This record gives sequence, C-alpha cells and structure tokens, in this order.
Amino acid sequence: MEAVHEHDHGHDHPSGIMRWVTTTNHKDIGTMYLWFSFTMFLVGGVMALVIRAELFQPGLQVVEPEFFNQMTTLHGLIMVFGAIMPAFVGFANWQIPMMIGAPDMAFPRMNNWSFWLLPPAAMLLVISMFVPGGSAGVGWTLYAPLTVQQGMGMDLVIFAVHILGMSSIMGSINIITTILNMRAPGMTMMKMPLFVWTWLITAYLLIAAMPVLAGAVTMTLTDRHFGTNFFNAAGGGDPVLFQHIFWFFGHPEVYIIAIPAFGVVSQVLPAFSRKPLFGYASMVYATASIAILSFLVWAHHMYTVGMPVEAQLYYMFATMLIAVPTGVKVFNWVATMWKGSLTFETPMLFAIGFLFLFTLGGFTGLVLSLTPVDVQLHDTYYVVAHFHYVMVAGALFSAFAGVYFWLPKWIGKMYDEKLGKLHFWLSIIFFNVTFFVQHFSGLAGMPRRIPDYALQFADFNMISSIGAFGFGLSQLLFLYILVKAIRSGEKAPEKPWEGADTLEWTHLPTPAPYHSFETPPTVK
Amino acid sequence: MTDSAASRNRETLRKLAIIALLMFGFGYALVPLYEKICEVTGINNLVKPDEVVNTQVDTSRTIVMEFDANVRGEINWQLIPRERKKRVHPGELVHVVFDLKNASDVPVLAQAIPSYGPQRAGLYVKKLDCFCFTQQEIAAGENRELSVVLVVEPSIPRDVHTVTLSYTMFEIEGAEQRSASIRLAGGKKS
Amino acid sequence: MRLKAFLRLLGSGAALLLPAVAVAEWRLNLKPAATAIGRDIYDLHTLVMIIITVIFIGVFGFMFYAIVKHRKSVGHKAEQFHESTTVEIIWTVIPVFILIGMAWPATKALLTLRDTSAPDMTIKVTGYQWKWGYEYLDDGIQFYSTLATPREQIQGDDEKGENYLLEVDNPLVVPVGKKVRILTTANDVLHAWFVQELAVKQDAIPGFIRDTWFRAERTGTFRGQCAELCGKEHGFMPIVVKVVSEDDYRGWVETKKAGTAVKAFDPGKTYSVAELRSTGEGVYNTHCVACHQTDGGGMPPTFPAITGGKIATGPTTGHIDIVVNGSKKNPMMAAWGPQLTDVEIAAVITYQRNALGNALGDAVQPGAIAAARK
Repeated sequence: MEAVHEHDHGHDHPSGIMRWVTTTNHKDIGTMYLWFSFTMFLVGGVMALVIRAELFQPGLQVVEPEFFNQMTTLHGLIMVFGAIMPAFVGFANWQIPMMIGAPDMAFPRMNNWSFWLLPPAAMLLVISMFVPGGSAGVGWTLYAPLTVQQGMGMDLVIFAVHILGMSSIMGSINIITTILNMRAPGMTMMKMPLFVWTWLITAYLLIAAMPVLAGAVTMTLTDRHFGTNFFNAAGGGDPVLFQHIFWFFGHPEVYIIAIPAFGVVSQVLPAFSRKPLFGYASMVYATASIAILSFLVWAHHMYTVGMPVEAQLYYMFATMLIAVPTGVKVFNWVATMWKGSLTFETPMLFAIGFLFLFTLGGFTGLVLSLTPVDVQLHDTYYVVAHFHYVMVAGALFSAFAGVYFWLPKWIGKMYDEKLGKLHFWLSIIFFNVTFFVQHFSGLAGMPRRIPDYALQFADFNMISSIGAFGFGLSQLLFLYILVKAIRSGEKAPEKPWEGADTLEWTHLPTPAPYHSFETPPTVK
Repeated sequence: MTDSAASRNRETLRKLAIIALLMFGFGYALVPLYEKICEVTGINNLVKPDEVVNTQVDTSRTIVMEFDANVRGEINWQLIPRERKKRVHPGELVHVVFDLKNASDVPVLAQAIPSYGPQRAGLYVKKLDCFCFTQQEIAAGENRELSVVLVVEPSIPRDVHTVTLSYTMFEIEGAEQRSASIRLAGGKKS
Repeated sequence: MRLKAFLRLLGSGAALLLPAVAVAEWRLNLKPAATAIGRDIYDLHTLVMIIITVIFIGVFGFMFYAIVKHRKSVGHKAEQFHESTTVEIIWTVIPVFILIGMAWPATKALLTLRDTSAPDMTIKVTGYQWKWGYEYLDDGIQFYSTLATPREQIQGDDEKGENYLLEVDNPLVVPVGKKVRILTTANDVLHAWFVQELAVKQDAIPGFIRDTWFRAERTGTFRGQCAELCGKEHGFMPIVVKVVSEDDYRGWVETKKAGTAVKAFDPGKTYSVAELRSTGEGVYNTHCVACHQTDGGGMPPTFPAITGGKIATGPTTGHIDIVVNGSKKNPMMAAWGPQLTDVEIAAVITYQRNALGNALGDAVQPGAIAAARK
C-alpha cells in the first residue's frame, strides 16, 4: 500500500523490503498484519477446500485419512491463529492510535517484533506437513494422548503455537498500554469508540488466556519427550486434564476472536444508520461481562468426558447465562438501526450480515449449552456449523466490513462499490450453502473430523462442498477488489461516510498521513 | 514521547508482563488443583491408603460391587478379577483378589490405576490396602495374586446401588531397552 | 405430560411441513429416539427451537422493518436517541426468565441421563485404534467389533452397500427393555461411544472408566460411530447395537458362549498353506488392512510394507514375535496376541508370507503360536 507515502512528513526511513522489516510505524505494521492474515486466510482456505473435496462424495477419493486429519488440524490452527487473530490485530494497529488521538503504539519496536514472529510461526506450520510422518493429525484442540503418538510434525506445531502465543501476548501488552496511557486529552474511557473498548477487553483476555495455552502445549511437549506424565494415566496423570487446561484457554479464545468483531460492527452500524450507537454504556458492560463469563464456562466443551453431574449442571447454567449479555448486544445493534437513516454500502451490508448470522450462531450455541442436547450433538457437524457461524459469519464478515469501511482512510482511494456488493452477496449465499446444511448432517449424527461418511449424509455433504468452493472463489474477488482499489481506485473524498464520527474521520485528512496526531488533538 | 509518558508505559508493560507470567504459572497450577479436586470428589485418589472414618456395618443396605480389570501396553499379559461381582454391606471389610498373569517372555514393571463408576462412588470406596499403592515387578511367565482390601463407607448416597471398581494395569517399563522416539511416557516420575 | 405430547406433535409436524423433506430421505432433525431419555432430549430440542424461532422472528422483524422503512432512500430522517434504561432493563430481564424456562427441563433430563444406578446388566466397552471391544460383565462374553465394509467400497472399486461404513462383523446385542449400563474405557487414545438413537455418547479414556446407560424401548438395529478423533481410522470404527427380545438375547448368549468354546479350527492340527492362507485373508482384511493396505504396500515409514518386508519375508520366529507381542520400536504396531486366537494369528502370518506379492511357501501352524505365547 504505497499510498501511505503520499502524506509523509519527510522522515527518513529505509525503502524497499528493509522499510517493512525495520518499520516501527503502526500503520505499516497494521498493513503487514492485514496482508499476512489475508495470505493465511487463503492458505487455510485451500486446506478447507481439500477437506470439502474429500467430503464431496462418500468414499476415499482425494486424500488419505492421515492427511485429511492433518488438514483439519492445520486449517483450524491457521484460521484461528494465522488469519482471524492477526486480522483484528491489524485493525487495532491502524485504528487504535488514530481513534484515541495517539501518535503511535506505546512500544513501536515491540510492535515490530510481535509482527515478525508471525511469518516464522506460519512457516513452521506449513513445513510440518513435509517432515516424515507429516504434520499433526490431532485436530486444532491437540487432545492428549493422541498427541503423544504423533511424529516430528507435532513438535513443529507446538513450537508454532508457542511463537504465535508470544506474538499475541506482546501485541496485547502494547494495545493495553496504548489505550491506558496514550489517550488524547479529554478522551476519557467512556468516550472511547467501542472498537477501542472491545480491544482493551480482548487484550486482557489474551494476556490471561494465551499463557495457559502455552503451558498446555509445553506439558504436551515434555510428556512427549522428557518423560513427564501430565496426561498419561500410567504415571498418575489424566488425559482429561489436558482438555480442562486447553479449554480454559480455548473458551476465552472464542471471545478473543468475537469481541473485536463486535467492536468493528459497533463502529459500522451507527455510521451507516447516521445515529449514535444505542446503549453505549451497556455495550461496554455487556462486553466486559461476556469476557469474565468466558473464563467460567470452559468445560461446556467437555460434556461427554464424564464429569460429575453437579459440574455439568454448573457449566450448563453458567453457559446459558452468556446468552443474556450477548442478547443485550444484539438488541442494542438492532436498536441502533431503528429509526435511523440507513444506507447500504458494502461495509453496512457485511455488518448486517454479521448481525443476522452471528445471532444464528449464538442461537445454536444456546441449543448446545443444554447438556442433554449436547450429548446428542457434541463432536458432530452441528458443532462444526455452529462455530463456523460464529467464526466466519461473525468474525470474518466483521473483518470484511472493517476493511471496506476503513480502506478509504487507509489508502485514500475508494473500492469498487458494485464489486463490493457482489462480494457480499456471493459470500453470504455461499456461506449459507456451505454451513447451513451442516446443521442437518449434525442432527442426523454425522461425527466431525471423519474423511468418509455413511450414505445417508451424502446429499448434504455434496451441497456443502459446492458451497465451500463457491465461497472460496468469492474471496478471490475480494483480492481483486483490493488490488483494483489500491492501483486504480477513485480518489476518496475526505469523509466518504456521512455518519462516521470518530477521530480518524473528523480530525485527520484522507488518506491518513504516515505520522498522525503528533500533537494530540483535544477531545471535547 | 516525553520521559514521564515513557516511564508510565514501562510501568504498565511490567505489570502486564507479570500477569502473563502468572497466567503461564496458573496453567501449571491447574495440574495440582485438578488433582486436589479429583481427590476431594474421589475421582482419582491413587496411591495412599484411605482412612476409614466409620466402620459401623450397615446391614440394612446391600451394594453390588463389580470388579473389572484392563491391561495396557505392548506385552502379552492378563489381569483378571477372581470375582466379577460381590454383594456387600456398607462398612463391611471386603477382600478382593485379582490374578495377574505375565504370559510374555520379559519381566515387566507395572502400575495399576483404579477408577470408579459412577465416579462419585470413588469418594466412598476406601481402600485400606491395594496393589495399586506400589509398582509391581513381575517376572517373565510369572503368575501373581494381587489383593485389595476395601470398605464401602456407610455414608454412601442412598441412590448408589452398584459400584464398579476398575483397574487398568499399565506397563511402566519392560525389561528391554525401548526406543524413546514416539512412545507413551518414559517412566513414572511422580 | 401434555406439554410433551404437544411438543412431539410440533416436532413431527414441523418436519412434515417442510417441503424439502418430501424429497427422498433428507433428515432435518434428530433421529427418532429408541429410549425414553432420547425422547426427552428430542422434546427439549424442539422446545428450544420454538423459543429460538420466536425470538429470531421478533428481533429480526424489527431489523428488517428498519431496513425497509428507515432507509435514507425513502427519505427517513435519523432520530438521535441512544439510550433508554427502561428498555434495556426489560431486554436483560426477560431473557433471564426464558433461560430459566429452558434450564428446568434440561436439568431434569440431565439428572435422568446421568443416573446409572440399578442396571439390569453391564457391558464394558473398550475403544481401540481402531475397533471396539465389548465385554459382558454378567455373562462373561467378550469379543471385538470391527468395520465390515470391504475396502473396495471405500476405495470406490465396488458399489457402496446400504450400510456403508455403519456395519460391523460382531454387533453388540442387548435385550429390549432392560437397563444396560455401559462402562467405557480405551486402550490407546480417546474414543467416544456414540449411538444417537439410544441417546448415548460417552468418551472412552485410557486408564479410566466412565459410565452411562440406556434402556431400549423397541427392538431394532441402531448404528453409531466413534465421536472423538482417535487417529487415522477414526471414521472407520462404527458401532452397531442390535436390540432383541429377551428370549432372542438368551439364545444369542448361549450360541456366543458355545461359539467361544468350540472353534471351527482345531489348534492342535496341522494345516496346509492354502487352508491357512484363505482364513488369513479374512483376518488380514479385518485387522491389518487399515495400516498395511490391501496390496500389502503399507504407508512407510510409520506403516511398513508387508510385500517384500524385512520381517514378513524373514524368519518365521521374528514374524510371529512382532504379531504376537507388537513392535518394540514402533508403537503403532500393536500386540495382537491378546486379541486374536492362535489359529487366526497363524493364518494371517501364513497369508502375509504367501500372498501380497510374497511367496515363501512356509505355513505357520497354530501350535507355533501357542508355543510363542508360552
């Protein structure tokens, strides 16, 4: 994105590749995060298509079961840690300093490190496929003791998770410090845009959750190689313990992905409704309570491990409780649109798509929270459908909304509105073709992570595979739209969105200069 | 950035880094925590003889105890309970024998892990003596009698009528040196 | 009870109303349960679906109304309200009550689901990579249950049968109307025993037992699958439960017991290569083919080839040792001694040495296996 040069104040910085390697500028780093995440999104997407190609028909046609398992594992890890999380960190880098009137992130050099840890980690994940025995075929949840049986690929995956975790923790420390210490005069906490609030909460979640995952995979590593017995019954350990530790991280992780998405949508919806966000304060409280609750419900991923019934009851009630703050958020968003003056540019379309489909994913989550129902649906395609509604229609759609919304501010050029709308409609249609039918496969009892299935599931799987290829191809259109906008987009007006009212729109020119808010603005 | 702002940032960094480190430690703290919870709820008490609080035999109740055994590992051996089922009164001293037969040509060091069904029954089954308290070294081709002495606490909930006590015998070490590459657990460390 | 009947009606009614259902066998809901608890879960699911649908229509009714009526293009001016404590309290409190309404039946169902007391019989289910072992603790019957679908169907060389991937050689047989307690454990990694129509899904954990139960209300064959990723053949270890009448069950127990006592083969006898080979082919296709492949080529390095393999074409003692005792170096090669009979092991070894591209011409006799076991 060369355009960021245009308003350069003339500071010296290296050009070419060294500029990107050595940069400490939050905008450069944000850009790199976003491109990295998009690349990983395509890599993980290809893996998803390998999975869907194998599942197009019953029987083994395309890949061997072992490779299939590696694909499900890497698809999950790459999408979660390589695509979605870095995408929102990219948004955070670009937007948080501009939204709170800070010149840059609090620790620019650490910011550079936390980005440059990502490519080696991604390489490790990819390389793991080519070592003897292949990558880990254990699912992204890395459950013991299957992990102990794996070859060297497992170790590479563990190292990759360590590095990714370190990167996230450093990124989070940076974000929290920036938000707490570097706000412009007058920018009180309760005046911060909701996107900033959601990232503040997310960053705390990351700091609390990622180290626990690091602990879990370290224990896996020592169990594999150094004779410890954390998860080995023979030595007094317990495989179920791994699941407890993993999900103590894993459930907050779900909200680490979802909460910044809430933030983006909470900026986009008011802008295109030309109306302030409804219930700002209750949104902040709802987000915080979701974050706190997320640490108290982890074992609802483990209803079938045979916990005592008292524990199951507790986790069921606590999980159902999350529906309350989540409901508050959905109601607030709808109320924001209510009696507004709505227009439907691409960012708004993706935000509405998010609202509609994320709520659907939330509802299936409510179904799964009921332990007896979950006993029938756990580890079936119903769960697969559920979390893809939350992750894809939730997080990914919101990321698309954010990119279309802020692209003019970032590069000073407009994307092609017609193509953007086409991208939205293709995405939402193919998304539903892919994942809606998976609810039915799951209800009929099709287990997840199987490379081949009984004939009764054939129709739905074929539909799902067709949808997946459609969805995948639609994302190439997104790439085209981006490249077109960067190379030959029309010049963006100073304020392309009438209803946008945060600092980056009201106090900065378009495109945003390379160095912004070197003198802090005063916020009334 | 002014000096005071930079030092404020460093202060925040220090605090957050400590939180991150503490959380890493917390991941490990979950291990003993989990063991403690399991012990309190009786799911997984392994190697200590239990204290029996109440030895009053409650003849008004009868509980069906089932005994089950499994062997793991790559050798040819068997662990069989001599009795599959026993009707016991809470408070009564119960003696159970398991036969361990090593049909392979290697000596084996083994550890048995008890498990209960339903899990909460584990809280009320008190093992006074058990072969699972120590590792068993069994020679090639040896047959051995292994015994358990237990009491079912009279405080066991009224709705528990059947209790299964299951042992899984794990091979800790075979006599031969094994390749350490991709194997379950190198040895008992705890 | 009336609410339940109503829910059931709604559940089946909703399924009938959806036009798509008319097309072939597109199942859009949980399978009809064969147990009382399964029906409770079905009803609970229907209840939640109704509540969800109502809320969904309500909330998105507002949203779509706004999308249509409050758009700029129809000249709607934005109002600037942005909070209302009353409204916010209302939509926080009402969901709480709805949730309590759902939690009540869910709690009742959960307590029943977990009540494993007073069973009529107990069966221990052991998950192996990749098959199920069943042991009837009361009747002393013990057997393994492996996938019966031929490899040719999976590879696409043969037409797929009706119960493709959901058929086994030895189904679990249980009497109707009896409370069957299932104890699960595993030999190697996690597995999960899942039969939807019996409303049972229980993880099998190596080193520990877990219990669950079902009481089938009607006879029939119910099919399920392993529901916890357990390695490469995770998709190929189905579960088949045959629910039969009490009499049929007794009869089955008798024949099963008799069958275990008198094997068609006599372990003391000497067999010809051809005899052993033909039996061995069956054993190979049930137990070995998943890793060593139909053509014996294996999947090196983890699963070495049988064809021309160092052990399979080496001395018989080494070959017998690795099959009976497993590999010392490679944990993926299990010890088959405890799982197969002398005759089966002798046959499969002979098969491996005289088929799959090997032609050593030697027969391994059951006696040699018995000797190797000591």
